[in-house]
Amino acid sequence: MKGLRAQLVRAFQPDTQADRVVPPSGFTAQLTLFAAGAMAFLAVFALALSLAAGRLAEQWGSELARSATIRIAAPDDQQQAQTNAALRILETTRGVAQARALSNEEQAALLAPWFGAELELDSLPVPRLIEVIETEEGMDAAGLRLRLAAEVPGAMLDDHSRWRAPLVKAASRLKMLGWVSSVLIAAVTAAMVTLAANAALAANAQVISVLRLVGATDDYIARAFIRRFTLRALIGALVGMVLGMIAVLLLPGGEDETASFLTGLGFQGLHWLVPLLIPPLAAAVAFIATRMAARRTLESPT
Amino acid sequence: MIELENVAYSYGGGELLSDISLKLAPGSFHFLTGPSGSGKTTLMKLCYGALLPTAGHVRLFDRDVRAMTRDDVALLRRRMGVVHQDCQFLDHLTLSQNIALPLHASGRSAEAAGEDLEDLMHWVGLTERSAALPPELSGGERQRAALARAVIMSPDVVLADEPTGNVDWDMSQRLLRLLIELNRMGKTVLVATHDLGLIRATKAHVQARVLRIANRRIQLAGADL
Repeated sequence: MKGLRAQLVRAFQPDTQADRVVPPSGFTAQLTLFAAGAMAFLAVFALALSLAAGRLAEQWGSELARSATIRIAAPDDQQQAQTNAALRILETTRGVAQARALSNEEQAALLAPWFGAELELDSLPVPRLIEVIETEEGMDAAGLRLRLAAEVPGAMLDDHSRWRAPLVKAASRLKMLGWVSSVLIAAVTAAMVTLAANAALAANAQVISVLRLVGATDDYIARAFIRRFTLRALIGALVGMVLGMIAVLLLPGGEDETASFLTGLGFQGLHWLVPLLIPPLAAAVAFIATRMAARRTLESPT
Repeated sequence: MIELENVAYSYGGGELLSDISLKLAPGSFHFLTGPSGSGKTTLMKLCYGALLPTAGHVRLFDRDVRAMTRDDVALLRRRMGVVHQDCQFLDHLTLSQNIALPLHASGRSAEAAGEDLEDLMHWVGLTERSAALPPELSGGERQRAALARAVIMSPDVVLADEPTGNVDWDMSQRLLRLLIELNRMGKTVLVATHDLGLIRATKAHVQARVLRIANRRIQLAGADL
């Protein structure tokens, strides 16, 4: 593999003579540029999707996982007693950081969107809500449920896992799809560069045989092709990445990311640096693809 | 220098060359002749490592070609100048860039060899054409350019396969004189040609031996030819 490093170094060394050895090819060069640019543009969105879905999955997974609600539905006269009993149980439950019964005002605020602000809460049999905040390790929801069932007949524990799980799963799946798309985009880039490089190698069969005759090594012959396609992929991907990032910047955003998945699509903080990897990766893919194509062509008997 | 030992070569069908033993000593001048299709070009290719023998051994500069990698062959070509009948160039480069191509391919700078290049262009009489593109050249000019390209690396051996095939008598004489001059400078020369007149004309100027391919084998032709 010592040749690989030397080739890498030389691929970026300006050598006008080596470049001139292969005749310029206007139209296919532009096609390679365009394809690399389009792929980079798509890659920006695939990355945005993956990263946003990943953020969402993590948020839903961790924030919601650490909170639970206990609903106490009991006849009016027993409600306070049962609430106190539940709170006592929670105090002695492992994994509970904090438990607190919501006040009448807080419950009224929660119900206001549905019943209006003028609701007289006292006139309705509204259950009491207890907000439970878990510690990092989390609590044993099944065990707590058993204890509550034994001592507080009107209590219902809702640890949010029932509705949370499919959402987290969907977000993780979406994130995975985004990564798969990124990999596919890289593979298509490789295929496209291979096709273009094969076409260029075939079109320049005479150039190759002349170079062979005058004592050019495989390395020398391959270099001119590798350099060309690597630079094209790099420049095309650079333009595509910039355009893709501008497009992501221009997406309308929401103040709260969890409010809507669509408004949260984009990059945040250091994630803006991730798409910067696209051009060098595209160049690396082109380098490897051209090198393999050149090697195959040069190894076949002439 | 170039050594063939019981070499045979067969294309898919039958054997084209068989049991060929040949040794080209440094500084010698050889002609290779024989009817069309007798295997002159194949033998030449065996001599510069473009083909591997199907039997026997070919040793070039004391190395068996079978043991050579493609890059070894490439390095070998820098010590052997090869001229074909239909010489090919890089058509988008000028004549002087084409002639300097072996220098670039071997990593030497053309600037350092600038004077040599000028001398060489002058020697083959192409100084005025140095900026021309290969497709603009005549047959004779192409042959001379190919010869210049073949010797710019100052090779030990010059192999020319029908170098006069596409040019008139005067031009063939001129090309042969260039090859004779190279031989006088100590280079080993092997010229494949079917033109016996050319061989006769040359023998007046240089001690040339004639190898003839007949019935798949090689014979040293008599002095009378």
